Amino acid sequence: MTPTHGSSTPAPTSPPGGDGRGFFHKHLLGIEGLNPLEIGYLLEIADTYVEQNRRANKKKSLLKGMTLINLFFETSTRTRTSFELAGKRLGCDVINMQTDASSIKKGETLLDTAITLNAMHPDILVVRHSESGAVKLLSEKVDGCVINAGDGRHEHPTQALLDALTIRRRKGRIEGLTVAICGDILHSRVARSNIHLLTTMGARVRVVAPPTLLPAAVERLGVEVFHDMRRGLENCDIVMMLRLQQERMRGSYLPSVREFFHFYGLDHAKLSAAKPDALIMHPGPMNRGVEIDTVVADDIHRSAIQEQVEMGVAVRMACLDVLTRKVRETELKNGGAS
Amino acid sequence: MSSAPARPLALINARLIDPTLGYDGPGGVLIADGRMVAVGPQVTAASLPATARIVDCAGKVVAPGLIDSRVFIGEPGFEHKETLASASQAAAAGGVTTIVAMPNTKPVVDSVSLVEYIARRRGDDILVNVVPMAAATKGLDGQEMTEVGLLSAAGAVAFSDGRSAISDANVLWKILRYGRMFDALVVQHAEEPSLSKGVMNAGELATRLGLSSNSPYAELIQIERDIRIVEATGGRLHFAQVTTAKSLDVIRAAKAAGLPITCGVTPPYFALNELAVSDYRTFAKLSPPLRAEQDRLAVVAALQEGLIDVIASGHDPQDPESKRLPFAQAEFGAVGLETLLPVSLELYHNGHLSLLQVIDLLTRRPANLFRLPGGRLAVDAPADLVVFDADVAVRIDADKLKSKSKNTPFDGHPTQGRVMMTVVAGRVVHEG
Repeated sequence: MTPTHGSSTPAPTSPPGGDGRGFFHKHLLGIEGLNPLEIGYLLEIADTYVEQNRRANKKKSLLKGMTLINLFFETSTRTRTSFELAGKRLGCDVINMQTDASSIKKGETLLDTAITLNAMHPDILVVRHSESGAVKLLSEKVDGCVINAGDGRHEHPTQALLDALTIRRRKGRIEGLTVAICGDILHSRVARSNIHLLTTMGARVRVVAPPTLLPAAVERLGVEVFHDMRRGLENCDIVMMLRLQQERMRGSYLPSVREFFHFYGLDHAKLSAAKPDALIMHPGPMNRGVEIDTVVADDIHRSAIQEQVEMGVAVRMACLDVLTRKVRETELKNGGAS
Repeated sequence: MSSAPARPLALINARLIDPTLGYDGPGGVLIADGRMVAVGPQVTAASLPATARIVDCAGKVVAPGLIDSRVFIGEPGFEHKETLASASQAAAAGGVTTIVAMPNTKPVVDSVSLVEYIARRRGDDILVNVVPMAAATKGLDGQEMTEVGLLSAAGAVAFSDGRSAISDANVLWKILRYGRMFDALVVQHAEEPSLSKGVMNAGELATRLGLSSNSPYAELIQIERDIRIVEATGGRLHFAQVTTAKSLDVIRAAKAAGLPITCGVTPPYFALNELAVSDYRTFAKLSPPLRAEQDRLAVVAALQEGLIDVIASGHDPQDPESKRLPFAQAEFGAVGLETLLPVSLELYHNGHLSLLQVIDLLTRRPANLFRLPGGRLAVDAPADLVVFDADVAVRIDADKLKSKSKNTPFDGHPTQGRVMMTVVAGRVVHEG
C-alpha cells in the first residue's frame, strides 16, 4: 500500500543546510508516510520549546504578523487551547472558529468554508473535523499550511508527536520499547497516528481491545493484537489508554461500561503485568472508572498524563515553526516581513 | 423511435459480431424502415439499392446496440443530475441503444401512470429506447408490494428497490411468489442493510483511512438468504451486482441446482479494486463498495466462466455538490453509460474474453433476461446497432462526457475502443 494520504505534499529536493535534515511538507495531515528523520526532527525542535515554555518569558516573535485560524468543526477544549497557546507564544495572531454553530448549519459546505477563509489569507489553518479525510479535502483549497487537529477516526498527528516526545523524554528513546495501546482502537484517530509513529520509530506496538473495537486487518499496520489485557500488558514499557466514547454503548460494540471496565479498565492489578517502571498515558479527557481507575490515573510516579499536556504545547509550537519556515524565509529574502 | 429515415442505410465492409449466431466475421447490414432487412457477408456495396446511404465501416465492428439494464436517471425529480434527454445522449455516445431506467426517481416509479410516462416518453430529444423498471415496493420503502401485474402490463420489465435491498424476508417472499403469476423478474441489490452502513470495503485500506466499512459477508449473507427464498417460491431473481468471490461461489451452486437465479456486474468491479478510493476519492465511492483485488479477479473469472449473466453500467449520476464532500458524507455512485463499452473491452484486450463474449454480455444476454426485442443482428429485428473501433486508444476524459454529471471513477483511465456510430430504429443518433 502506498501511503500517499499521510502528508500530501512531496518533500522538495533541495533542503536548506544540505544535511537532509528537516521537515519539508507543506501541510501536516497525518503521520502515515512520514519517515523517522522527519519525525525525529520535529521532536528535536519541540524539545527546545519545552525549555522555553518553562521560563517566565515564554514568548517569541518568530511568527509575528502571521495569522493562525483554529477551525474546529467538532468541539474541543484541550487541543484548541493547546494550539492557541502555541500560536500566541510564537507571536502570531490566533482566531478561534467553532463552526458547528454557524455556517455549516446554514448549509455551507466544507469547501465553501475553506474558500471563504482562504480569502482572509491565514498563514496556518488548524482544522478538526468529524469526518475522516475532511482536513485533506480542505487543504486542497487553501494557500496556507494546514495542520490536522483530528479528522474522524483517521489521524491526529500532533497527539502522536506529543506522545512520542513524552516517551522520549521519560525513557530516553522510542526504538525498542514495547507500547500497548488499549481500548477503542476502532474509532480512534489517536490510535492510528500513534501506531504509525511508533512503528516508524522502531517501537513494538500492541493493541489491546475486544474484537468489536478493533478495525479490520489492524495487524497489517504492524501491530500485535491482544484481547486479554493482562497478557497484552506483559513487559510493556508504555501503557497508552484511549478514551471510550459513551455512545459506543449504543452500537452493539460493548454490553456495558461495567463489563468494559472489568476487562479493559486500567487498574493496579492489570498494570502489574507491565514493567515496574511502565509509563501510563492517556490523550484525555479521561473517563475515570471507564477505561482508567482513578488511583492509577493520579499516580504521579506512573502517570505521564499531565506531562502529555505540557508536551502538547511544545510540539504544536514546533509544528507551527517548521511548517511556516519556508514562507518566512521567502519573505525575508524579499525584504517583506521583519 | 419517432422517425426512421426514409432512405435505407447500409453498413458495409464491417466485422459483424452477432452473439445469437455466434458469428464474428466480415459482412454488412442493410436497414430500412427502422428494421434490418439484410444481414451477413452477402451485404456488400454491389448488392445495395441505389437509394441507400452507404457507410463503409472499413473493418470496424458492427454489433447489436448495447442494452444497459441498470441506469439511474433522475427524471422526474433529480433533473439537475440527469434527464431522460441527457441520459439518452450519453447512451447514444456510448453505443447503448436501450436503457432500463431504475425506479429511483421522485416520485418513485411505483404506479401505472409513472411506468407509462417512462415507457411512452418519445421525442426528438430521446435518442434511445428507454424501458422502465418499476419499484418492487411502494415508495421503495421495502414494505408493500407494488401492483406487479398492472405494472408489467404497462411496460415494466422488472421490479426492484433500486439502490436498496428488499430486506424484509417476508416481503421478498411474497413478491417472488405473487410475481410468478406474471413471470415477473425481481432485481435485488445484494447487501444486507444492517451490515452495510459503512462507506467502503472492510480491510487494511479502510483501517488506514479511518473509514467505516462493510464486510464482503454483507453481500454473501443477503444472497444466501435470497437463494433460499427463491428455492421456496420459484420466483425469478436477478442480483444486480455481484462483487465478491464468495458470493459468486454460492450463485454457482444455486444455478447448478436449477434455481431461476441470474446475476450481473458493472465495470468498476472488474476494472478497479478498493485502492481506487485511496486519498478519499469519492468518485470511486460505490455501493456495494469496490472490493479487494482477489474479489476483482473472481469477478473476471466468473465472466470467463459465463456465471455472470449480464454487464450493465450501473450509471448513477451525481452532481459535484453530492461528491465534493468528506468521503463519508458523499453520495454513492458513478456514471457509466459512456464508459460501459470501452471498459468492458478491457476484458477482450486483456485476453479474458473473446470480443463475441463481451458483446454477448452487453446485448443478447440482457435482452433475453429482460425480454427485450433488441440485442441481435437479424432480418426484421429492430435496427439498433453500434459501430465501433475496438482497438483505438482512448483516454477517458470526464469533462467530455455527455452525461449531465461527470462522476466517473475512470477519469484519465486509458482504454481501447471508440463508438463511431450508434443507430436506433434505423436512425443515426450518434456519429463520432
